[in-house]
Amino acid sequence: MKTKLTFAAALLAATMLSGAAGAKTFVYCSEGSPEGFDPGLYTSGTTFDAAAHTVYNRLLEFEQGTTETVPGLAESWEISEDGLQYTFKLRPGVKFQTTDFFTPTRDFNADDVIYSFERQWKSDHPWNQYVAGGSWEYFSGMGFPNLIKSIEKIDDMTVRFTLNQQEAPFLANLAMPFASILSKEYADKLEADGQMQLMNQQPLGTGPFQFVAYQQDAVIRYRAHEDYWNGKQAIDDLVFAITPDASVRYQRLSAGECHLMPFPNAADVEEMKANPDLKVMEQEGLNIAYLAYNTQMEPFDNPQVRKALNMAINKEAIVDAVFQGMATPAKNPIPPTMWSYNEEVEDDPYDPEEAQRMLEEAGVTDLSMKVWAMPVSRPYMLNARRAAELIQSDFRQIGVDVEIVSYEWAEYLERSSDVNRDGAVILGWTGDNGDPDNFLHTLLGCDAVGGANRAQWCDEEFNNLVVEAKQTTDPDERTRLYEEAQVVFKREAPWATLNHSLSIVPMRKEVEGFVQSPLGDFAFEGVDLVE
Amino acid sequence: MFRFLIRRLAVLIPTFIGVSIIAFAFIRVLPGDPVVLLSGERGMSPERHALIMQQLGFDRPLYIQYLDYLAGVLSGDFGNSIVTRRPVLDDFLALFPATLELSLCAILIAVVLGVPLGILSAVRRGSWLDQTIMGAALVGYSMPIFWWGLLLIILFSGVLGWTPVSGRISLLYFFPSVTGFMLIDSLLSGQAGAFKSAVAHLILPSIVLATIPLAVIARQTRSAMLEVLSEDYVRTARAKGLPPRRVIGLHALRNALIPVITTIGLQVGVLMAGAILTETIFSWPGIGKWMVDSVFRRDYAVVQGGLLLIAGIIMLVNLFVDVLYGLVNPRIRH
Repeated sequence: MKTKLTFAAALLAATMLSGAAGAKTFVYCSEGSPEGFDPGLYTSGTTFDAAAHTVYNRLLEFEQGTTETVPGLAESWEISEDGLQYTFKLRPGVKFQTTDFFTPTRDFNADDVIYSFERQWKSDHPWNQYVAGGSWEYFSGMGFPNLIKSIEKIDDMTVRFTLNQQEAPFLANLAMPFASILSKEYADKLEADGQMQLMNQQPLGTGPFQFVAYQQDAVIRYRAHEDYWNGKQAIDDLVFAITPDASVRYQRLSAGECHLMPFPNAADVEEMKANPDLKVMEQEGLNIAYLAYNTQMEPFDNPQVRKALNMAINKEAIVDAVFQGMATPAKNPIPPTMWSYNEEVEDDPYDPEEAQRMLEEAGVTDLSMKVWAMPVSRPYMLNARRAAELIQSDFRQIGVDVEIVSYEWAEYLERSSDVNRDGAVILGWTGDNGDPDNFLHTLLGCDAVGGANRAQWCDEEFNNLVVEAKQTTDPDERTRLYEEAQVVFKREAPWATLNHSLSIVPMRKEVEGFVQSPLGDFAFEGVDLVE
Repeated sequence: MFRFLIRRLAVLIPTFIGVSIIAFAFIRVLPGDPVVLLSGERGMSPERHALIMQQLGFDRPLYIQYLDYLAGVLSGDFGNSIVTRRPVLDDFLALFPATLELSLCAILIAVVLGVPLGILSAVRRGSWLDQTIMGAALVGYSMPIFWWGLLLIILFSGVLGWTPVSGRISLLYFFPSVTGFMLIDSLLSGQAGAFKSAVAHLILPSIVLATIPLAVIARQTRSAMLEVLSEDYVRTARAKGLPPRRVIGLHALRNALIPVITTIGLQVGVLMAGAILTETIFSWPGIGKWMVDSVFRRDYAVVQGGLLLIAGIIMLVNLFVDVLYGLVNPRIRH
């Protein structure tokens, strides 16, 4: 998109620079360019940071720093006895942003909610295909098309969602970026002007910052939303300076060209901590890296074999070599920051001798297998090749011969899903909404075999537990079910749980009020610069 | 000259068709498709995969997709990016000025420094000066661009604080893009200090991008010059008692420049390749970075469109060089 600024915006920018001497500008050295500005259309965190967490709000929000949901644009809600109807009372007096490209004439209401969901849901909706070939990946990935029976406007400030079946994670799903609430009035205007594509280029919502301009692959500019319902922000301007290389981000941060950066090189972290101008926040990420056996193939269909192999892996060595200590070994398939994490579960001990004995007992000798190493670095696994080499040498100790294979990323994702795939695959997951269902059912449920369930594991006992938990709204009961599911998981060992990586956020000393999100979001509501 | 031009132009047409086929096929030969990447670790049901492939038109036979694409290109429509959904041509036009600005500065540095250094080396053949220049050229040619760029950033931006780390202009300056060339736009904006900031941002990336072409041009100039200097007519000129400056500057240089011009023309391709890394390190919003991202995302439309546009530009530059060559050396025209 070629940046087209109206005269008003340019004038305003000029006054901003010359006149407002006290204006506070917060610069975030972001890692990449957003794919667009309509959060429903995309799946990457980069796009969500640039669009969903700045410009938009959702009916529910994740409380900063947690995965608990709190009221957002919905002030309160009621769930019917049968768990199928969710009635939301909307927050009154919420203003949409007034920008140089649109001036709203009314406050937020039920029409905006219905528009925001129906456009993703109904294929005959005029906005369903407003970008040719666009697909609503998260809406469909979270199962919404089959889940939602109806969305009704009860009155201007009340909306009711009726579901086809009980779905406990529904509320958490509504706090996800794809469920952002757009302005129906703005949409109508764009439609009338024949400019629908601008919805994806000039976003307008109710959020803490309003969109000013995007220079492709270079800079995104926002300004604080004057009438934000949760209070105007302390910073006046927010700038995303797109800086793809991690070493360069670090240089910019130390030179004071930006205030905060994501995804540092693990090797730089010690130096950052020693720099008096910087401070470093760290938190266990909502993620897991795993080695998934193909549980439908011999000899990995035998839990004892899987268990034996798990006991041969020295996870501490992987954490040290791959993450320079910036990770923790994993025992459960969900991270420790997530509710229902079962502390009681005991990890398989690292014991190569016992592992070898168990393999012999299972009648497995001269085993040679493939270990798949991802070709890309992901937050949960920085260097899969290195991890695979360590696993290779661990397995060699118990007499198992490993061939490391790798494919280009797209092919890797595709081939590793195949039920007939051989060997064990290194992969991982970063949580979407903080609900255990998003790990346990999404990655290990019977429905996901041939897809996200890379272990091709369909265990009746486990599956019943996670499906029941999905359909129960009582949090205590859900916790119990998930805890039990983790016990079954550990016993059956479809994966070797490798590690949870730490999420590290370096920033300038003067940054105040930034709260690290366990979901890995970079959201700047509440951030301030204090000299 | 006219017939020469027509001949050169006629060759462009089959080349262009060839390039369009290669550009179209290249990204499709790579395993994995864009829809798989779109869904990431989550995976996607085969039905949904098929549906999206159909929506994008990728379920049709390849030759139909190609003909459809070719028809679009001929009418100026390069299709829409699969990822961003924006028209490929719009993105290209928005990003290309940044690459062009950087490349022009780089080639300027390479020529202005490379040609005199090459001449100096040739004239002082075997001296310590010659050996230093050629040694430096060899190092420059072999240097990994990524590492070299980071090294310069750490020294000049980090330690000395002389230049900004990355980007095209300080974030303080904010004005509409008129030409897409930051040097020109910053002047047009009338904002005090904007032009200076744009120049400061251009220094390091231009040096990094210029390094390889500079080395190549210096070496090529030296060897061409040496060859010419041993020709009979140079000896004659010297024997006539012409001053050395005139012999070298007029008689020798004119002939030595012919292969150098070709080399400079060929550097355009090298610049495009170098731009990919340089743009990534210096957060420079140009087409190099855009193309690489698109290959990883299997963004068919961007890769095939971008390749075709870049190839087209390189072909035109080479045509221009050929014409220039024809002007400098009339024998070529026949």
